[in-house]
Amino acid sequence: MSEQEHHHDHDHDHEAGVHGAPLTDTQLRVRALESLLVDKGLVDPKALDLVIDTYETKVGPRNGARVVAKAWVDPAFKQRLLADSTEAIAELGYIGRQGEDMVVLENTPKVHNMVVCTLCSCYPWPVLGLPPVWYKSAPYRSRAVIDPRGVLREFGVDIGDDVEVRVWDSTAELRYLVLPERPPGTESMSEEQLAALVTRDAMIGVAKVRGPRG
Amino acid sequence: MNGVHDMGGMHGMGPVDPEPNEPVFHHRWEARVLGIALATGFLRRWNIDLGRYTIEQMPPAEYLRASYYEKWLYRTERLLVERGLLTAQELASGHADSSRPPAVRAVPASAVETALRGRRAARMDDHLKPPTFKAGDRVRARNVHPTHHTRLPRYARGKVGVIDRDHGVFILPDEHATSGKKVPSHCYAVRFEGRELWGPHAGPRDAIYIDLFDEYLEPA
Repeated sequence: MSEQEHHHDHDHDHEAGVHGAPLTDTQLRVRALESLLVDKGLVDPKALDLVIDTYETKVGPRNGARVVAKAWVDPAFKQRLLADSTEAIAELGYIGRQGEDMVVLENTPKVHNMVVCTLCSCYPWPVLGLPPVWYKSAPYRSRAVIDPRGVLREFGVDIGDDVEVRVWDSTAELRYLVLPERPPGTESMSEEQLAALVTRDAMIGVAKVRGPRG
Repeated sequence: MNGVHDMGGMHGMGPVDPEPNEPVFHHRWEARVLGIALATGFLRRWNIDLGRYTIEQMPPAEYLRASYYEKWLYRTERLLVERGLLTAQELASGHADSSRPPAVRAVPASAVETALRGRRAARMDDHLKPPTFKAGDRVRARNVHPTHHTRLPRYARGKVGVIDRDHGVFILPDEHATSGKKVPSHCYAVRFEGRELWGPHAGPRDAIYIDLFDEYLEPA
C-alpha cells in the first residue's frame, strides 16, 4: 500500500479496518504473525508493546536537540562531544540500539555535513528516533551522494559555492549526528529554549536551524 | 550483491518528498512489525547483517514497491522460517504446530529496556588487530562484485579516496551475514572527492565519506 493512502487512519487500524472497511492483506498478515508468535511462546505481547512505546513516546529527535543545545552553551561538553561522541551523548542518558557508536559532525560557515544511508536506512535511533519515510526512500538514498546540493535546495537550503559539502554514507555501524550552527539572535536564550529550535532535519544535515525571528 | 538496494547515484527515483509533521507510524500494523522484528531479534537467532542481507534478497521490483515496514515484515517472516523458529506450514496457516515446541523462550517485557539500551553491537576493539591504513593514506576501493552481502557500495568501487579516520575494529559484515562468523576488521571513514566518484559535473567542493573495512581497500 502507498504511504499516501492511509494518512487518515493512524489510530484506527489496529482493531478494525479503516472506518469499518475490511482489513488489508498486510494488516491480516501482521496480526496472524503476532498471534502465532505469542502462541508459540516466542514473543511476549507486553514486550512488544514496550518496544513500540519506547520508540513512539520516549526516543525521538527531542533527545538529539538536547545534545545540540548543550553543545551550544557548554564549550567543555562540545569538546567532549566532538572527541568521543558516544560517551558525551551517554552523559545525557541517550544510549543503545542503533547508537552504539556515534560520530558527531560539526557544521561551520565553511563546512556543511549531511547524512544518508544509500544501502539501507541506518539512522541514529537513540538521538533521533525512527527515521522519517523520506530518509528511507529511494529518491533520498540515490541522490544525496551524487547531487547533495540539489537535494539540499529541495529542502530549502542553499549552500554557497565557497562552502564544502560533506555527505556521510552510513555504510557500517557508525551512526552520524550533525551538530548544526547556532543561529544568530539566540545569545540570550536558555539551553531549553535553544533545544526547542533544533529540528530533526537540521541534525540529519538537510536543514539549518532558524533563530526565533527567522 | 549488486542489488537494487545499492542506490547511491541512481537516477530516476524522483524528488525527495518530506511529509510535514510526519507521525512515527502511519498505521498501527507498522508499529506491530517494528515490535515483532525487535522482539524476535532478541532471540538472537540471526544478526543484523543477515537481516540486511535478507531484505536485499527481496525480488527487485518488490523491494522498490515495498515500504520500510513491509520490507521488515518480509525479512522477519523469512528469517523465522530459515532459522527454524517457525515452519513454513505454521507461517502459512497461522496455526502453531503443537508437536514442535519452540527451542527458545520469549524475552520478557522486564528485559526489554536492557535489550534496547545495550551499548555494544559490532565493535570488537578487544581484538588488537593492527590497522592496514592510517589517516591521510591514499586508498582505492577494490573493484569487486561479490554475489553475497557487502557494505562496499558500487559507486565507490575502483575509486580513490583518502583515509579520514580509523573508527576501530568492527565485525566484518560480509562474513557475518553469510557464515555468522565474527571477523574483526578495521573500519575507516574514507573521503572521496565528488569529482572522483561522479566526474566533472560534480561540485568542486563536494566530498563523500564512506565507512569501509580493510577488506574493501587497497593502497593507491
